[in-house]
Amino acid sequence: MDLATTLTGFVALYIFMLAAFTGYEIIGRVPSILHTPLMSGSNFVHGIVVVGAMYALLNATSLVEQIIGFAGVLLGAGNAAGGYVVTERMLEMFKPSDKKQPSGEQKKA
Amino acid sequence: MNLTPQFIIDASYFAAAFLFIYGLKRMSSPVTARSGIMVAGIGMLVAVLASFLYYFGVNEAALPHLGTNVVFAAVALFLGTAWAWWSGKRVAMTAMPQMVALYNGMGGGAAACIAAVELLRTTAVHQTIPLLLAVVGALIGAVSLSGSLIAWAKLDGRINGVWRIGGQQILNGIVFLATLAVAIYIVFVAHGHADPAIVAAFFIGALIFGVMMTMPIGGADMPVVISLYNAFTGLAVGFEGYVLQNPALMIAGMVVGSAGTLLTLLMAKAMNRSVSNVIFSNFGDGGGEQQGEIKGSQKPAEAGDAAINMRYASKVIIAPGYGLAVAQAQHKLYEFVKLLTDAGVEVKFAIHPVAGRMPGHMNVLLAEAGVPYDMIYDLEDINGEFKEADVAVVIGANDTVNPAARTNKSSPIYGMPILNVDQAKQVYVIKRGQGKGYSGVENELFFADNCNLVYGDAQKVMVAMIQAVKSLEGGH
Repeated sequence: MDLATTLTGFVALYIFMLAAFTGYEIIGRVPSILHTPLMSGSNFVHGIVVVGAMYALLNATSLVEQIIGFAGVLLGAGNAAGGYVVTERMLEMFKPSDKKQPSGEQKKA
Repeated sequence: MNLTPQFIIDASYFAAAFLFIYGLKRMSSPVTARSGIMVAGIGMLVAVLASFLYYFGVNEAALPHLGTNVVFAAVALFLGTAWAWWSGKRVAMTAMPQMVALYNGMGGGAAACIAAVELLRTTAVHQTIPLLLAVVGALIGAVSLSGSLIAWAKLDGRINGVWRIGGQQILNGIVFLATLAVAIYIVFVAHGHADPAIVAAFFIGALIFGVMMTMPIGGADMPVVISLYNAFTGLAVGFEGYVLQNPALMIAGMVVGSAGTLLTLLMAKAMNRSVSNVIFSNFGDGGGEQQGEIKGSQKPAEAGDAAINMRYASKVIIAPGYGLAVAQAQHKLYEFVKLLTDAGVEVKFAIHPVAGRMPGHMNVLLAEAGVPYDMIYDLEDINGEFKEADVAVVIGANDTVNPAARTNKSSPIYGMPILNVDQAKQVYVIKRGQGKGYSGVENELFFADNCNLVYGDAQKVMVAMIQAVKSLEGGH
């Protein structure tokens, strides 16, 4: 897996810098009521690590690497899927505010 | 331009990076939030499916193992997804913070695994900068994994209290420095070809440090810590993305790294703490030895009397806390509120920034019960209105309404913004017993002249209140 390193040096720094500002801008303007779903949503987004773990596993050459790679994919998939489900469940309940419908459905606790 | 597997992979990652950022952007408004997570979800799906195309581009040494590796990948993907989907669907809304912690720790672990494979590969030719980032990412990811697991166990009630030993911080420092020394050895002395035992020692050291760093932190501070570990995992993923030359990981990781850092600072600010204070000062329990005497006594009240008092009030403000959700009383509370509004009482919900276990957690819990947005107000918007309120009701909240934060300089919570419920003409506090809040600080409010306490399980109290108001209507 000796990659052709193209994203090195300043190109990588540019990517990191722009991504960092993007994250800062997105969160900075969010009302505090959405902080919990957004923390959960950003938790989901770093579940993309599963893709890196898949790469490591597919390129594994020994049993030890296979086991660690397997663990990586397992954990990463858990991060992505779990993050998605809980975020979606939380946001599902945030109904647009409608003054004519103050009585929401009563779900069972 | 050939449609090679690598091109499809690259294009998919580009699409994923775009969809993540666009999805997060949509998540930043309540109206579009739900579509935001779906957009981001599509990005994830595209990226994961495209990654199977790595099949066509593995290095030669891996070719004999390729069949096994693909099966392993599919099985791991299936098991991880199935377990997380199942657990995520079942978890109660009150338990959301620890579940986020758990999933977050898994992401940190995955980042550490990527680095571990890289460091154990004997055939690899390492360059210093990618190697350095691999090791730093591994360190952060491993700390995030074990630290998040402890945070999860604490919030889930599997580890009770705080675990602290003398010289804790010195010991933590020694473990950290030792781990760092091994990391420096791996990068600059062994150039990435360290003995597997040394690599293992590095990971074990990092995992132990995560445990030791989290164990002394009290439950009240856990949300800040979870948010911090969320940012940690993001950084770890970004760094491993650089090692793998994967821009999707770099962008997603760094976006979460910075967003998570900002969110951590916002949360700490809402609690009137600094992040370093949270991690190093061990507040969160045992505080309050130096408090002055509180004068007055706690005056109990019947649920029915309190309910009827509210029925004939013109303005009622409700300050809910985590205790409300623990008792699963938010549905009954909203039923009671509807009775009041039907009778012409103006009712508002006042939400403290750290009500619940995370900022915004209480909004989620109220939304679950169907409480509409326009009844819910943030601290800054509602605090001026308590003076005009006939009745303020505190349910399952304590520290967030403690006037000591305004007046008592020796109190550990001094300076924290609070809801000014004590300014209402009459205050009712619904609580289970005479216990203290999460910070362990006694609450002056409960002893105030205009405050009465309704003891009991919040759900039972709400049922009694509903009955009291209903029997009143029926009596006409």
